[in-house]
Order: sequence, then C-alpha cells, then structure tokens
Amino acid sequence: MVTPLPEQAPTDRGAGSDIRVAAIAKGFGNYPALHGVDLDIARGELVALLGPSGSGKTTLLRIIAGLERPDSGTVMFDGEDATGLRVQDRRVGLVFQHYALFRHMTVYGNVAYGLRVRARRRRPPRAVIRERVRSLLDLVQLAGFEDRYPAQLSGGQRQRVALARALAIEPKVLLLDEPFGALDAKVRKDLRRWLRDFHRASGLTTIFVTHDQDEAMEIADRVAVLNEGRIEQVGSPDDLYERPASPFVMSFIGETVAVEVVTRNGVARIGGQRINTALDGIGDGPSLLYLRPGEISITAPGPGTLAGRVGAIRRTAAGYRVEVAIDGLAAAIDVLAEKVEAKPGDRIGLALARTRLFPGELRSAS
Amino acid sequence: MSDAVLLRAGPQAAIRGVTGEGRRTRAVLIAVAVAFLGLFLFMPLAVVFVEALRRGAGAYFAAFADPDAQAAIRLTLTVAAIAVPLNLVFGVAAAWATAKFDFVGKSLLTTLIDLPFSVSPVVSGLVYVLVFGANGLFGPWLRAHHVEIIFALPGIVLATVFVTFPFIARELIPLMQDQGSAEEEAALTLGAGGFKTFLTVTLPNIKWGLLYGVLLCNARAMGEFGAVSVVSGHIRGLTNTMPLEVEILYNEYNLVAAFALASLLACLALVTLLLKSLLEWRYGHAIAGTGAH
Repeated sequence: MVTPLPEQAPTDRGAGSDIRVAAIAKGFGNYPALHGVDLDIARGELVALLGPSGSGKTTLLRIIAGLERPDSGTVMFDGEDATGLRVQDRRVGLVFQHYALFRHMTVYGNVAYGLRVRARRRRPPRAVIRERVRSLLDLVQLAGFEDRYPAQLSGGQRQRVALARALAIEPKVLLLDEPFGALDAKVRKDLRRWLRDFHRASGLTTIFVTHDQDEAMEIADRVAVLNEGRIEQVGSPDDLYERPASPFVMSFIGETVAVEVVTRNGVARIGGQRINTALDGIGDGPSLLYLRPGEISITAPGPGTLAGRVGAIRRTAAGYRVEVAIDGLAAAIDVLAEKVEAKPGDRIGLALARTRLFPGELRSAS
Repeated sequence: MSDAVLLRAGPQAAIRGVTGEGRRTRAVLIAVAVAFLGLFLFMPLAVVFVEALRRGAGAYFAAFADPDAQAAIRLTLTVAAIAVPLNLVFGVAAAWATAKFDFVGKSLLTTLIDLPFSVSPVVSGLVYVLVFGANGLFGPWLRAHHVEIIFALPGIVLATVFVTFPFIARELIPLMQDQGSAEEEAALTLGAGGFKTFLTVTLPNIKWGLLYGVLLCNARAMGEFGAVSVVSGHIRGLTNTMPLEVEILYNEYNLVAAFALASLLACLALVTLLLKSLLEWRYGHAIAGTGAH
C-alpha cells in the first residue's frame, strides 16, 4: 500500500539518521524552556515527545530541526555534531502544527518547492521533479490534486500535502509537531494508521510531538515524557504504563487514583488500615500510593483488603464506575468493574492488584 | 404560497430589531452624511473642474503648455519616482523587522514609524532646513563640497520620503504579523536561503497589501504640500512641485491655470481611489491578512 521512497534503501536497521541530543538547555527571556535534556534516538525509530503544554516538547523538536538554537548542549546526527548546522543544511522534514503550506502555491508547487529551490547544479531536471512529486502524491493518496490551492483542501488533505512536501527533500529525519491536533476524530484515526504504515514501510527515523497520551502510546516505538523542561522518563509504551518512573508519568499516562499513605516503622497504612506493599526505599512519614482504577477489585470485606463503603455507582460504556469511601480517608476513590453486585451503602473490601508508592503528599483533593 | 410568506413575514415585521432604528432616525442620519459629503467633498471637486474649464477647453490645455507647469509636473513625477521605491524598501524592511523578529526597542520602532503621521509636515520640513540648510548643522560642510540639498531636488525627496514613510510599513505590519513566520520556517527547512524565502514565500503573500500601500504612498507623495513647501524654495521651473505651482498660480489670480493643474491632482486622487476600491473588492481578504488558511 505504501511505496518506499526511491534513493532511500530501507534496511533492517531502518532509514535516516540516528539522533543524539545531549544536555540541551534553552530559555526564552527569563523563562527556562528546557533544562539539560538528553535523548538518544536510534536510526529508524519512531519516537513520541509527550507532555502537557509548556513542557518544552515543541522547543526540543525545533532545536532538533535547527529552527531554534540551544543555549547549551549538542545535537548529533549520525554521530556528527549538527548543533551549528543551519536549518537548510540539516535535511529535516518538518511538518508544522498548522501545516504552514505555501498558500499562494498549488499542491504541486508546495511539494516541488524543496527540489526547485536547490542550487542549479544540485537541482534535479524538471521531469525528475515532476515524477517525484507524482509518486509522493500517490504515496499520500492525493493523486489528481496537483492544481488545487491549500485553501481548497480539507484539514486532513492539507496535512498529507505537508507530509509529502517534507518527504520531497529525502529528509534524514521526519519531525512532526502535533501532527493530528487540528483534525477531527475520524481523520485523525486514519492518519495515525497511515503514519504507522508509512513508518513501517520506509523505516525513516521519525519524531513527533503530542500532548495526547493515547496517540503517543498507539503509534510510537518509544515515548519520551516531558514535564517542565525535563524528560521524566523514556521508554516503550508498556514501560511507561507498567513501570512509571515518577508520579507525573503515572498520572499523565492513563487514569490514576492517588491515596495518601503514612508509613511508620516500615509499615504502610491507609487511613489507619495496614496494607501490603513493597516500600521501595520509602522511609517513615507520608507518601502517595498510586493506583489504576482497573487494578482495584471489589470483594467481600476481610483480611488483606481495605475496608470501605460503596457510594454512587455509574454506568460507563465498558462497565461500571463505583465510588468507594475507604474507612479513615476523606476523599472517595473510583473503581472500575465489569459487574457490580454491591449496592450503594454496602460495606465491602478492596483488593489491590498492584501498588506503586512514591514520596510526596497530596496537595489538593483531586 | 405568497399567503404563507405574508403570514410568516407579518408578525416579524412588527417586531423591531434590537439594534434597529426608527425609519425617521435612519433617514435623518443618511441625509446628514450625504449633505456633509456633498458640501465638503463633491462640491469642491466639481468646483475644481468647473473653474478649470471656465474659459473652455483651449485655455484649459494651454495651462499645461506653460513651461513652468510642465516643469512642475515633471518634478512631481520625479520626486514620486524616487520617494515611492525608497519607501517600498524601507517599509518592507521595517515591517519585516517588527513582524517577524523580537528585539529590544521594537515598540519604540513601531512608535517611530507613526511619527510622520503625528508631526505637522511643516515641522518635518523645517527640521531638514535646520539640518541641511545654509546655516544648518551640515550646511557649511555641504556647501564646501558643493552638495545642494535644501532648495533642490534632494531636499524635496527627503521631505517627501519622511512624510510618506508610514503608508507602506503601516499597511504591511498587521498583515505580516497575522501571517506569522511558519511558512518562512517551512521554506528554510526545505533548503531555501533567506533571500529566496523572501522572494518565493514572503513577497507573494504580501503583494496585494504592498500594492495597496504603494498606491496610498504615491498619492500622498504627489500631493504633499507642507513639508515640501518649506524645503523647496519655490523656484519656478526648478523646485516647484505641482501643489506649490497651484498655490502660486492661484495667488497670481491665474485661476484657470491654477485649477487646471489642480484638476490633474484631483484626477490622480480619483484614479487612486478607484484602484484602491478595486483592490479592496478583489483582494480584500489578502490585504486585511485574513486569508482562508
């Protein structure tokens, strides 16, 4: 379905460059956007930069592209220092958040731009350019749209023109800034699948920025989670979900419930009730227990469970969302269950399949 | 069917729109506006042409045969031909700098761009006399090197450039700010150099706004009186532009010649208005910077 690009021989190890970002720091005025970020991206890898707005993910992408100059640190392409390299010489295919198509050029003009602006001795002959644009438009399924202007295209079509334009220069790395952010749900789903298929076929090193954890987990080989200008964790989607390195990663990826825990003499208690959990080096004092709603189950009260009372029960698409007030705790927590036998007001026990303890205190009831 | 329409229209017509005025208020407002326009715009315009043609077409065209009048027309065209391209370059540079970059003193620059609008043209003319005039700051040095600025073409051009500077910059700044730098950045990532990016991406995006600014700038450059009057020295046949020549002819009670020249300026204004309206009608969204993109 996806034709591999000529002049890029996909190998087992993928195509494009490997990228090493070391100790990158960048500030805008007094506002620090990135403090000392390290990231290694292998050749042919598909990596997501995930984080809330203001986390520095777009700044990092722009620094890799060469549109932003870091205050300190280095960017290496294939082991060569590219920090001082001009954006024109980096050969990065950048797809902008709002596409940034040339509004006064046709689709053909947009895709051909990167080839036409080359110095005469490096510029391919007209027939080669035409052939290349045609194959790129085939690739993004926009054959026959050559003479349209960007204003005459839908959001998804513009996005694909932007992709074809970026690919025309045979980039060493494909960079996408919030590629699906401005599209409606159906188009977004199609384009996600298209991007994954394209990456599988071309093996081109690809980095994309997103604030949507589902998108990152679904598409990327590895995800780098950014928060306040730092990388909190880099790992496969499974790693991030199963073994989050910090409370931020835990709560940013997937739904979580945080419960306050007090440890004394090596025994952790919730609302005075003793729980069995690995302490992982947590000392005496308050700490936070992070739970996923699906990893808590409702059973009969008894030893090894947390005693509580059932509150409201609400129907969701997949099952039920049950509010449980744990004895001795102020705030109720949500439990997801496929079936619920208990009724509101019943006393029950909660069995915890997994527990993750992090240092910290609950700041506000969330 | 027409009954149904009437039935539906009936009750609605009785309800007055929230912002709707009474019929009489509307009539009065329109009458005031039309009367004002007629009294202060159409009547003077008509007077210019009526006075110019009072002694017939022969006298009208004879006025243009006068060598001084021809010199004035030539000078005005020369000044505009120098001042407008200069301001085209300055205006694009200033708009580019303020719209696409952040730097210290940017708000000062934007304020300074507006200065020619807020300063009386006579004052700006006077400043050039004080700087470049015979007794001015550089006066002795300029005289020693046989450079004439005041009471010569360079002074008139300088004054005109100053007075007409804001037209192009003012037109382009909001347009370029609205368009942002994403397209330029895209061109850079695709390998285009800075100048090539400007030629192939920036310029095509601003061309209609630029043309609009040039049009206004040109109209003002040809019609400028105050600043030019101070620096020109009113030497007939040498440093008199059309507006200055009109004044002198009028003061000599040579009404037909004065109004004939004035009618030429009026025609220029009308052509400018026409082109401006055409541009607005055809490329309004591109000029205002709200392209459908």
